[in-house]
Amino acid sequence: MMRWLPEDVSTYGHEIDSLFYLIYYITAATFVLVTVLMIWFLIKYRAQPGRRAVYNHGNTTLEIIWTTIPAAILIVLSFMSVSTWAKVKRNIPASDFEIQVTAKQFNWEVVYPGADGKFGSEDDVKFDNDLHVPVNKVVRIHLTASDVIHSFFIPNLRFKQDAVPGRTILTWFEANKPGKYELPCAELCGFGHSGMKGWVNVYTPEDYQKWAAENLAPKPQ
Amino acid sequence: MSESAAAHGAHGHHAKPSFVSHYLFSLDHKMIARQFLFVGLLMLMIGGILAMLVRWQLAWPETPVPGLGFISEPYIYPGPNGGGIIPPQTYNALFTMHATIMIFFVVMPIMVGTFGNFLIPLMIGAGDMAFPKLNMLSFWVGAVSGVIMLSSFFVPGGPAAGGWTGYATLSAKAQYTGVEWGQHLWIIALMVNGVSSLMGAINYITTIVNMRAPGMGYFRMPLTVWSLFITAVLLLLALPVLTAALAMLLFDRMAGTSFFLPEGGGEPLLWQHMFWFFGHPEVYILVLPAMGITSDLLSTFSRKPIFGYHAMTFSMIAIAFLSWVVWGHHMFVSGMNPLLGTAFMMTTMVIAVPSAIKVFNWLGTLWGGSIRLTVPMLFALGFVSNFLIGGLSGIFMASTPVDIFIHDTYYIVAHFHYVVAGIIFALFAGIYYWFPKMFYREMNQTLGKIHFVLTYIFFNGAFFPMHFLGVGGHMRRIYNPTQYEFLKPLQDWNVFITWSALILGASQIFFLWNFFQSLFAGKKAERNPWQANTLEWSAPTPPPHGNFETVPTVYRGPYEYSSPEVKEDWLPQDKNVGTSAAARAH
Repeated sequence: MMRWLPEDVSTYGHEIDSLFYLIYYITAATFVLVTVLMIWFLIKYRAQPGRRAVYNHGNTTLEIIWTTIPAAILIVLSFMSVSTWAKVKRNIPASDFEIQVTAKQFNWEVVYPGADGKFGSEDDVKFDNDLHVPVNKVVRIHLTASDVIHSFFIPNLRFKQDAVPGRTILTWFEANKPGKYELPCAELCGFGHSGMKGWVNVYTPEDYQKWAAENLAPKPQ
Repeated sequence: MSESAAAHGAHGHHAKPSFVSHYLFSLDHKMIARQFLFVGLLMLMIGGILAMLVRWQLAWPETPVPGLGFISEPYIYPGPNGGGIIPPQTYNALFTMHATIMIFFVVMPIMVGTFGNFLIPLMIGAGDMAFPKLNMLSFWVGAVSGVIMLSSFFVPGGPAAGGWTGYATLSAKAQYTGVEWGQHLWIIALMVNGVSSLMGAINYITTIVNMRAPGMGYFRMPLTVWSLFITAVLLLLALPVLTAALAMLLFDRMAGTSFFLPEGGGEPLLWQHMFWFFGHPEVYILVLPAMGITSDLLSTFSRKPIFGYHAMTFSMIAIAFLSWVVWGHHMFVSGMNPLLGTAFMMTTMVIAVPSAIKVFNWLGTLWGGSIRLTVPMLFALGFVSNFLIGGLSGIFMASTPVDIFIHDTYYIVAHFHYVVAGIIFALFAGIYYWFPKMFYREMNQTLGKIHFVLTYIFFNGAFFPMHFLGVGGHMRRIYNPTQYEFLKPLQDWNVFITWSALILGASQIFFLWNFFQSLFAGKKAERNPWQANTLEWSAPTPPPHGNFETVPTVYRGPYEYSSPEVKEDWLPQDKNVGTSAAARAH
């Protein structure tokens, strides 16, 4: 099943993927165990003439065992998830690379701060749908929406964050492989929801400098 | 509906009441249960057809659906040979209405309305519900809400298209979806439907607390009754929250308020908090009765007491309590404070424990049994199998980091169909099991087995590969997956799923045929065809008005199968075999 997982090109994606795999192995083993027991019982204890079912109301020891073992596994899983979650969503690393993304029906409006490094100034540069970022660089995104809720989803970066009108959410990623990655909207946002997408272009530092010089530099008057 | 019910409900009574008072405005809980059943089955067909249309579009996007060309533009665009192409707006309406109908107008009316009404009085040894008129009103208010919901298909702009979760702000302003009256009617229908469920819930609780037969202590109640009791409490507490949220949404749309609109100072996430504060208990409202029915059937057809009766009861109570503190797991990537996400992950992991306890106790019930693979037993086992998959797949989403990736993908679609659509197995199990008491005839077991095998195979064919799509990142609620480069390698699975879904839908013909054939021409049923212990089987077939010849006295719990006390392998709850039995029973 896990072979369908898209290639991971982010710095934190492998932590998410290893949790995914761990839960997959635990649940797959539980599934096989319960299913095999169920089929075995159905065959072994099928109605046969002359045999009477065991008159038994349960077993407290077994109840305790199959309460505490799942509880222990689930608590451990919770604690293993806490640090990755904190890394992705709570502890946003510092960076000098910041962009604004405003989701609207049915586009991603991407704003670069321009040469002065400030948003809302005259040298801001806007793009529709496409992000251009350097590899191995923390990208901080100020994410908002101007009409309905959208969800900023980059499968290859294991990144997803809803864009909510009325609030700006600070979020981040760091790509570790240059390439072109799809950026669909993952939250139903109206009749144009399907097909609302862009691309995240991850460049080598040299290529990014080239792209920035061509696209972000102040236009000659 | 009334013709089919009319055709055979008629044997039940000596004095012939008028058609209207007997079939339409009946005060008898058994007739009200049948009314809920026929309406629920009708809505199941409508909800199923909507799902087929959704599946067609996902497998063969923007190709004409055969026979759909009769619907006019702009809802459907004409194709060759009378076919019709589904546009995006209609697609959004289709999945919105599919979910709304299946949850509120199929699973709730049948699992809670039909089984609750039919079984609670019969299983606790009561003559009827505590408030028969309220019961009748509950059905008719529910029916009105169904009519309002269906009428939204015929208003300009079409029905609601903002998803069954109706997230604000999309649902809060007509301009965002292009749906004006369809969404209004959706809100109004759900509010009216909530009133119906509330009346039912009050009735169930009152009946169970006050009208149990002598000797029927709480811990002698069948788990079906326990599950319906807990469900009724959840309904009573959850529905007002939904109603309040819906009222606020309606005000935002019609009266210019801004509860959920940021431009007026409102908060879009408030809708999600309120909706899921209702919505998560709602999931257990749907699944608890299925668990109760499954428990009863597994015990009956294993000819063995339920394994861990108290563990089963307390795990349902634990699920009910915990269901109030897990709603935030729907909102991990919503923008809610991530620290809250951590807290909700913990509670969500905890709620998996009582669910696991239930599965292990079902296994324990099978162990050492003398298992009869009747049609109801097969469907009950099918429920366990699906619930196992649905329960385990839930653990992925509970882990906040993993949820970042699979949230709003087909992984969650697979998960909730294994849990909620999996309830259909318990629903069929219940219909096949209680049909002889409900309609006084037996259903055909061979047709039932064919129905089970096809349903089980193609249910899994339809829903299991959705996990693969989800792992691949396939978003839910998208109109055309071929618009995305990264989804192209997965498209064959969409075709596979659609074929499975179409065959799954077609397989239900075996059920409908069996159901209606048995209704009119099935073999006359005896009083206790399954040799079961619970009180409904001690009532005559057909059960008269008032249900029992004399008020039953209960001597023991419902699961005394293969007891050494008697030669037979069953021992009805109301059978007096001497004082020792009464003293020993728990």
